[in-house]
Amino acid sequence: MIGFLLKGLLRDRSRSLFPLLTVASGVALTVMLHGWLYGVLNSMLDVNAKFQTGHLKVMTLAYAEQEEQFPNDLACTGVESLLVELRNEFPDIVWTARIRFGGLLDVPDSTGETRAQGPAFGMAFDLFTATSPERRLLKLQQALVRGRLPHQANEILMSDEFARKLGVGIGETATLLSTTMYGSVAMHNFTVAGTVVFGISAMDRGAIIADISDVQRALDMENSAGEILGFLDTLQFEKERTEAVKMAFNQQHSDPDDDFSHTMLSLRDQNGLGELLDLIVMALSLVVGIFLFVMFIVLWNAGLMASLRRYGEIGVRLATGEDKGHLYRAMLLESFMLGLIGSALGTIVGLAISTYLQNHGLDFSSFSKNSSLFMDNVFRAQVTPGSYVIGFIPGLIATVLGTTFSGIGIYKRQTSQLFKELEV
Amino acid sequence: MQDSVQIEARHLCKTFPMGQQQVVALEQVNLSFREGEFAGLVGPSGSGKTTFLNIAGLLDVPTGGNITVMGQPSDGASHKAAAALRNRHIGFIFQTFNLLPVYTVFENVEFPLLLQGMPKSQRKDAVWQALEWVGILDKAKARPSQLSGGQSQRVAIARAMVKRPAIVLADEPTANLDAKNSHNVLQTMVKLNEELKTSFIFSTHDEKVIQYLKRKISLEDGRVVEDSEAEARKHEAELQ
Ligand SMILES: Nc1ncnc2c1ncn2[C@@H]1O[C@H](COP(=O)(O)OP(=O)(O)OP(=O)(O)O)[C@@H](O)[C@H]1O
Ligand SMILES: [Mg+2]
Repeated sequence: MIGFLLKGLLRDRSRSLFPLLTVASGVALTVMLHGWLYGVLNSMLDVNAKFQTGHLKVMTLAYAEQEEQFPNDLACTGVESLLVELRNEFPDIVWTARIRFGGLLDVPDSTGETRAQGPAFGMAFDLFTATSPERRLLKLQQALVRGRLPHQANEILMSDEFARKLGVGIGETATLLSTTMYGSVAMHNFTVAGTVVFGISAMDRGAIIADISDVQRALDMENSAGEILGFLDTLQFEKERTEAVKMAFNQQHSDPDDDFSHTMLSLRDQNGLGELLDLIVMALSLVVGIFLFVMFIVLWNAGLMASLRRYGEIGVRLATGEDKGHLYRAMLLESFMLGLIGSALGTIVGLAISTYLQNHGLDFSSFSKNSSLFMDNVFRAQVTPGSYVIGFIPGLIATVLGTTFSGIGIYKRQTSQLFKELEV
Repeated sequence: MQDSVQIEARHLCKTFPMGQQQVVALEQVNLSFREGEFAGLVGPSGSGKTTFLNIAGLLDVPTGGNITVMGQPSDGASHKAAAALRNRHIGFIFQTFNLLPVYTVFENVEFPLLLQGMPKSQRKDAVWQALEWVGILDKAKARPSQLSGGQSQRVAIARAMVKRPAIVLADEPTANLDAKNSHNVLQTMVKLNEELKTSFIFSTHDEKVIQYLKRKISLEDGRVVEDSEAEARKHEAELQ
């Protein structure tokens, strides 16, 4: 029977083509949208995690409260033992200490007078130890455009744009003017080893990257760091795993009455990323839902038109002794097959486009020029295992639902009229 | 004799509501059909021929009296039971052929057997057999649109016959055919009636059909006004 129905579908183009195209295009759009949102979301999470939030982050309670100002006077002390403790307790997470700091970068001329000056946003972490994950995490080698990566004390990387603006060249000196952990003036000379472009506007505008021990010395932060970031070994954010670690840590260490007790936040708790994540998932469901609804209405109508066209066939089948329920189920089966083929076609098209957008991406740097959000300027789609199945949900539901409704007419059909109806 | 009665109508009445009024389509019809009938319902337009075939095929129910088809009383038969009975015992032939256009001749004839769930090899034999009966073997792969009217109706006969039903009901089967094709189709049916003992019940007002009938039943305003067999029987009874 299935073969019989399938033959009918394949031969009767006008019956199958329109629903097929409807399903295929809806499914293709769904797959593309899913890949697109997923890609943008994932890259946003990735960039945020790597440059700012980690999957987990340990700070003092007081630091956490004013985190966006990087109040290094409230930084964690005793970082070395804290790192040892974290690594022992949660060995499947990569822990790394960072200092974020602000200040002025001053470029002196040969006489020591200021040649150029500009506000800098600084990031310091372990640049030199072989086991440090940072070079790999931030893809420093790839970001490098001029010079080389630092390999000795007091060497820094600068954002390329910033270096050009200040007119500072490779190997030249740049002086950081900032405040120490204890509130006094800090001044430290660095050598520019190389310049970098990350493709993230917030970093490319005015960032400097230094080794953490240099900055600890410069800012009087011996054995201290503003934040300790944790990364899941998979480098993929997982809500459940991070929540579990967070709970375990906070239960032990966090004391709401002690401003200097350590507290752990997950990525979701920072920068409103949790809400954003939920919002995007909701938006995706909404859009898929809308596609589903539109397809359903269109297919319902197509089903109604098809059953008009197939009036004779349905009549003959009823007269031949096909039970109404059987006929109805056969119609559902037919639409299920159509839905399956249409969804498969749509998925192939959607995947092809997503793959293209994954490899090429769309450059939004002109829009994000002044953005302080940590996100990649190039938006890429991402093909995930989910991309292969997501389209089938609206594709199949819409076709089957459409036929479920349009096929009700079969039950209303009076067999007593068959002879008459079939005479015309 | 009693065993071979296939359709037994007693005081059969059918009225249709038409606005406030009731249209009487059948009134007190008493008819019985036995195995191997080749009978025609003849009468002017509106005399109730189609209505009777509908009820005999369990497509419709009477409003009065009763009818028993292949042992199944029409009252008390559910839609499903009626469908099952049609599926097993009754073949239909329509004035306008009603072949399924997307399927080949072979597939059209195969369809009733698919519904019955017959295994493939058996199905194939049965379809070839049916196509042979109606003499259209060479068109097995053709689509209905490639057939003439006469060929189409022969395919429709093959479709009705393929499951070897006890009864074939045909509503004006020759109305859309020219004289030559009408004779051809009728000869085919006569042959099947004789060889397979299948009962054929027609409705018609086509003179060409009437000359083939073994039994002629005349309807007028929903009443049986003449039944050649009843007459013959009465005649017999009188002779004795
Ligand atoms: N569904 C219906 N609703 C109302 N009246 C109907 C219906 N079906 C049949 N009738 C009426 O019942 C009567 C018998 O109709 P029927 O179709 O059986 O006639 P017929 O002998 O087949 O005529 P024809 O030779 O034109 O096909 C007619 O008066 C017709 O108008
Ligand atoms: Mg009629």
